[in-house]
Amino acid sequence: MKHFFTILSHEIRILLVSPSTYIAAVLFLAVMGGIFTMMLDIYSSSAQETTPAVVFFQWFWVPVLFMVPLLTMKSIAEERRLGTLETLLTTPVSTVEVVLGKYFAAYFLYISLWACTGGFFYILNRFARDARFIDVGPLAGGYVFVAISGLMFVAVGIAASAVSRNQAVAALISGTVLLGLIVGSNFLPNIELLHNEVMRPLKTAVDYAQVFQHLTDFSHGVVDTRQVLFYLSGTVLALIFSIFSVEVKLLHS
Amino acid sequence: MPEDPPPPPAIEVKNLVKSYAGVDAVSDVSFTVQRGEIIGFLGPNGAGKSTTMRILTGFLPATSGIVNLCGVPVASNPDAIKHLIGYMPENNPLPEDMRVSEYLFYRGRLKEVPRRKLSARIDEVLELCDLKRVRHRIIGKLSKGFRQRVGIAESVLAEPPVIIMDEPTIGLDPHQILIVRDLIASLRGRMTVLISSHILPEIEVTCDRVVIINQGRIVASGTPNDLRREILGHSAYRLELAGEVSALSTILAQVEPTLVITSQSETDEQGFRTFRLTTERDEPLGEELLRALANNPHFRLRGLAAERPSLEDVFLAATRRTWEMVDKPSSR
Repeated sequence: MKHFFTILSHEIRILLVSPSTYIAAVLFLAVMGGIFTMMLDIYSSSAQETTPAVVFFQWFWVPVLFMVPLLTMKSIAEERRLGTLETLLTTPVSTVEVVLGKYFAAYFLYISLWACTGGFFYILNRFARDARFIDVGPLAGGYVFVAISGLMFVAVGIAASAVSRNQAVAALISGTVLLGLIVGSNFLPNIELLHNEVMRPLKTAVDYAQVFQHLTDFSHGVVDTRQVLFYLSGTVLALIFSIFSVEVKLLHS
Repeated sequence: MPEDPPPPPAIEVKNLVKSYAGVDAVSDVSFTVQRGEIIGFLGPNGAGKSTTMRILTGFLPATSGIVNLCGVPVASNPDAIKHLIGYMPENNPLPEDMRVSEYLFYRGRLKEVPRRKLSARIDEVLELCDLKRVRHRIIGKLSKGFRQRVGIAESVLAEPPVIIMDEPTIGLDPHQILIVRDLIASLRGRMTVLISSHILPEIEVTCDRVVIINQGRIVASGTPNDLRREILGHSAYRLELAGEVSALSTILAQVEPTLVITSQSETDEQGFRTFRLTTERDEPLGEELLRALANNPHFRLRGLAAERPSLEDVFLAATRRTWEMVDKPSSR
């Protein structure tokens, strides 16, 4: 892993000079700011049972669906299209280093963008001067959830970028897979087939793979290792898949 | 301790085969390149040049055969190989949004040039490739000639013993070709260079040896002069004279029995014709021809020149030969 940090710093630098990063950042902060304002509106009109942080993080999937594809679509697809992947892989670096370098660069950016939303809560705290609005528990839980689930979401984006040489296709694939993972998994337990006794193990598995349920648990301060494991194993799987698809495409190029 | 064996050749390819879905892109290619040589790799499009080069870099796995670089087998030591080569792929892909010096620094780090030596080495290659003026420019905004030189600078950056360049002069203007050619020639003796090109005079001037490949097979290899003799098998002369044509062939037969007229032009306004003569003899015949014709009262001689077939003729003849070879066993 000698070259991991060389590639990581190079990738972060490339992301920081590329316009698509800033488009993603502006869109993300605009959407999150909009959601936050809307939420404050509701809070100012009537008293609510939950703290703003819980409601705010309920909306995490909206930016994930467009931001993760925007941040990751370029990483491998673009290199393959330009042919720079060939020059990169004829230097003493391994595919693993390349994929991990790109993955952590994208993850770093993802986390930095989410960190920016911390500003919303700072402003709220500063001007509302009401301790009820800032409940540290759900807030920290929400951010921890974003950090852990982001590992898997970004890995899915990288895997989508690794299977295509077209950025738009990569973005579509990752957007669809993420939609299926986050929203689609909500509907899975309702499938009639799963209520069959034979399907019980599968049903249990599906019940655990509820992204929104995980969010609720994290916000309540419940950090279940099974959930963490779900995201970590998903990340590892997606990354292994990316590494293999880069290598397989070399064999058949 | 026994005497040191001679260093292994820089590139050693034995019976290399690469097939895609049953179709052989490279079939049974063998060649050897000594250290410090500059080798030109010639062939029409789709001949298997790029595939062979990619296999040499370890980027593509071969279907069968042996490839050794400096005695190291490519198939079993891909990591060691990557330290031995500088590779510039076809079309020279470069990142668009980096500065020249940043790019070289990044590549230097990837190629494990020690950090202390790296900036001195970057200065050196910038100087070598005449890139000092553009070192802070963004690569995407450079002209093709500069981009090409950035690619070359990058491939020699880590001072690898073997440099492989796929069409380094493609798309350049004649002036830039000259610069790139000088640049490659300046590596002679220090590094082994394998270049592929379509521009034949290019190869002829720069390379010590030429390997012509077609349909995945090696058609011919050797110095450009050897190839001329081997492939074309004759020398040619161009003669301009006025006089009786029928008498000419008898005089030619007296000078050299195998000398024949292969073509002749129409008579021009001064009564001269241009003849093309070929012979199987290798030795120069010009002096004897001149003596025989100039002293003959029937002829007025205006010009005689030995025709040097260009590498292009050799290339065309050699590739035509393989197509004939390939087409013949049609029973497959």
